[in-house]
Amino acid sequence: MNDDLGLPISHGRRLWLYTVGALVLLFLIVPSLIIVPMSFSGSTLLQFPPESWSLRWYEAYFQSVEWRDATIVSLKAAVLTTMVATPIGVAAAYALNSGALRLAGFINAVLTASLIIPVILIGIGTFFLYARIGLNNTLTGLVLAHTVQALPLVVLTVLSGFRSYDMNQERVARSLGAGRLAAFWQVTVPQIRFSIVSGALFAFITSFDEVVVSLFISGGETTTLTRRMFSALRDQIDPTIAAISTCLILLSVVLFSAAQLFGRKR
Amino acid sequence: MSAAPADLPDRGGLNADVLSADARREALALLGLCSPGIVLVGIIIVLPIGWLFWLSLFDETGMLSGANYARVVEQASYVRTFITTFEVAFIVTGLCVLLGYPLAYMLSQLPRRAASICLIFVILPFWTSVLVRTYAWLVILQRKGLLNTWLMDLGVISQPLPLAHNFTGVLIGMTHILLPFLVLPLYASMKAIDADYLRAAMNLGAPPTATFWQIFFPLSLPGLAAGVVIVFILCLGFFVTPALMGGGKVIMWAMRMEQTTSLYSNWGAGSALGVVLLAVTLGLLGVFRWLLGARATSAWGAR
Amino acid sequence: MSIARSAPPINIRGIAKRFGSVPVLSDLNLDVAPGEFLTLLGPSGSGKTTLLMILAGFVRANAGSIGIGGEEVIAKPPHKRNIGMVFQNYALFPHMNVFHNIAFPLKQRRTPAAETAERVEKALDLVQLQGLADRRVDQLSGGQRQRVALARAIVFEPRIVLMDEPLSALDKGLREHMQIELRSLHRRLGMTTVYVTHDQREAITMSDRIAVMNKGRIEQLDRPETLYARPRTRFVAGFIGESNFIPVECRNDSVWYAAKRVYTASPLPSPGRHWLVVRPERVRLAANAEPDANANLLDATVRDVVYQGDSFICYATLADGQQIALRDYCRGDVLTLLPGAGQPVRLRIEPEDAILLADEI
Repeated sequence: MNDDLGLPISHGRRLWLYTVGALVLLFLIVPSLIIVPMSFSGSTLLQFPPESWSLRWYEAYFQSVEWRDATIVSLKAAVLTTMVATPIGVAAAYALNSGALRLAGFINAVLTASLIIPVILIGIGTFFLYARIGLNNTLTGLVLAHTVQALPLVVLTVLSGFRSYDMNQERVARSLGAGRLAAFWQVTVPQIRFSIVSGALFAFITSFDEVVVSLFISGGETTTLTRRMFSALRDQIDPTIAAISTCLILLSVVLFSAAQLFGRKR
Repeated sequence: MSAAPADLPDRGGLNADVLSADARREALALLGLCSPGIVLVGIIIVLPIGWLFWLSLFDETGMLSGANYARVVEQASYVRTFITTFEVAFIVTGLCVLLGYPLAYMLSQLPRRAASICLIFVILPFWTSVLVRTYAWLVILQRKGLLNTWLMDLGVISQPLPLAHNFTGVLIGMTHILLPFLVLPLYASMKAIDADYLRAAMNLGAPPTATFWQIFFPLSLPGLAAGVVIVFILCLGFFVTPALMGGGKVIMWAMRMEQTTSLYSNWGAGSALGVVLLAVTLGLLGVFRWLLGARATSAWGAR
Repeated sequence: MSIARSAPPINIRGIAKRFGSVPVLSDLNLDVAPGEFLTLLGPSGSGKTTLLMILAGFVRANAGSIGIGGEEVIAKPPHKRNIGMVFQNYALFPHMNVFHNIAFPLKQRRTPAAETAERVEKALDLVQLQGLADRRVDQLSGGQRQRVALARAIVFEPRIVLMDEPLSALDKGLREHMQIELRSLHRRLGMTTVYVTHDQREAITMSDRIAVMNKGRIEQLDRPETLYARPRTRFVAGFIGESNFIPVECRNDSVWYAAKRVYTASPLPSPGRHWLVVRPERVRLAANAEPDANANLLDATVRDVVYQGDSFICYATLADGQQIALRDYCRGDVLTLLPGAGQPVRLRIEPEDAILLADEI
């Protein structure tokens, strides 16, 4: 089957459509890519292409205690968020998918609420709440808030995994003598594991890249990388940030590729 | 033969009590699986927002009043914030449609392999930190940034153009970040259009332009509407880009909320802003769902 | 492998199931004899699959009782019912090879490895898949998958096997072959089997008895030949085989079609409107001069004759516009009698072929 057969567009029009489309794609991708060579610049001036090359901004990044601590806090928060949000999200998705859950629509709405509610409101709200229970500037508070933000992505990803999975498999396993939990572990999990891994990667990147809520509730020893970057960007444009950004882009590409790879195997 | 007597034996039928107890047990177990998530969302999101809503009902002296909401409508600086916010939201949404529709259309027309490669360029930015992307635009657009340097080197301009730290910068930065939110649901809805409709239209004598406008475009509208609503709603609450690229001159809703609460510690006023923002967001979503069914939130999770 | 000795009866009592407020099954009773092959036959939405799912324990009834060999299982979870099940799409586990698929129920029962290997081997023998134990599931053909699913469902010697349209995904030739094979497997193992299908031919081929289901009720439960020869409701007559439905009336202790007396072997019903049901192959072309007081003779005009290779169908119209179909084999003597479209014919129906059914609608 040829996809293009009989579609209402002539070759002449295609040309300009492809031109516009390609320009928009460049608009989406080029700005981030420009950062990469600039991070290897030898001068304090941001130039493209740089006139001299060096690793000085990477050295500045790795040798700064502040940046290093912030990176560690962000990594810790992201790992913990992944570990908390993934099982919670998988359990909820299983229940939502079972069809036997009452108020499933409402529960789905509650679990995915953080996608719809403006992030700034979540930031102010958690700050306000944490101020009263002493969770501001703590890793626990950060992880809890990030978990709530990552939860919808895990739930939605795993739910879509369930949708392309044949629930008869679990049924037949149960009729063959496996209890519900055994059937889930031995038959369902191996088949939806790619969705679960994708969901976990989403949770990780959601936490690691989260800015707004972290601005409110992280600080002091638990200042996240994003919070520190935000402050740095407000003040002045330090080329160290180009080095950090390049590292972040690399992380994004790695995680994205992993998610794509797992997604394809599904 | 009618269904009426069918219901009768159910109540108090054989083993009905055992079975309904079993059903309740299962329902409870499934609810138990959801409960960690529900409790967490309840404590981290519902509780504080409800609390803030409660606070917004009292003025500085602790009296129950609508003062916080009255100020939102009356005070000139707030009104200016709203106007700016909606202005930005409308323009950014418009820019996203202008850039996103051709891109989604192109993606939907490409062969499968090429389309999935191009899609990577749309989805990858999703995975890239908003800060990184904003930083990139600052580097490109600022007074001594790449664009101005190049243009001056080439002799196109003699004075640097004011591109960052103003309204223009905010528009460019936000369009860049929100574009994928429009393209993905739009692309999905275009992909779902059966090419046989178009073949049928052309077979019935419609020229390509007419086929596009009378068949393809109307069928792509639900996806476009989903994208537009998502982008518009995200614009209303956007914080990072206007805060970094507005140069303090473009104060949007979320920034006003941050200032009111963090800077002035006026929780009542800040909360009132938050409540109105939430109400507008939910209202827009409600209208959209009412018009088009429950597509909006599902498209949201497309990342 | 011998199941026959312990094959239990299934006694289903008062099963009711609603999905929301829609009743799917209402007060359903059914007894399956030990070792019987019973088929639930019905159109989609008749509740047959729901009943099977309730038997297996995947769907919870609102009320009712299921006895297996005298033991109440209605509230037992599926894994404690010891029932083998074959799904329509086989539901083979794609992440396990053939051996591990078949060994799955044995593993759940903590069967020792040596015994597992032996029993899997036997089960593979039984379904004629020797030597395929190491194959991946996606390397199997449709028929082979079907056999693996079957082997998996019987390897742990369940007392009862349930099958949900297991052959519907196969193409026609293979399907008919598997029908015979399933039947003989059942004869050898003798497990109590409940089989769900919407294909009446398949049901007739395989079953000891058939329960015809419609709108959540069992319309008729009988041996296939009885079901075909003596349908008890209009639905059954229409669903199993083809039928002519002719409206008749019972008055003055006899049955009338228009002004003609109808001779029937069915017991005389109550006065009022009824349906006369005649299978097309039971309608004969009568030689014009054939005088027989006891047969029903009807004059009709041929509308169309459709040739079908081994047989033909003749569509005719009676004087009052009533349509009637006639089917016969293409034998020389019949073909010479065969009229063309527009020609008048006389049709003959023997009294024992004229079935009277109550007018339900």
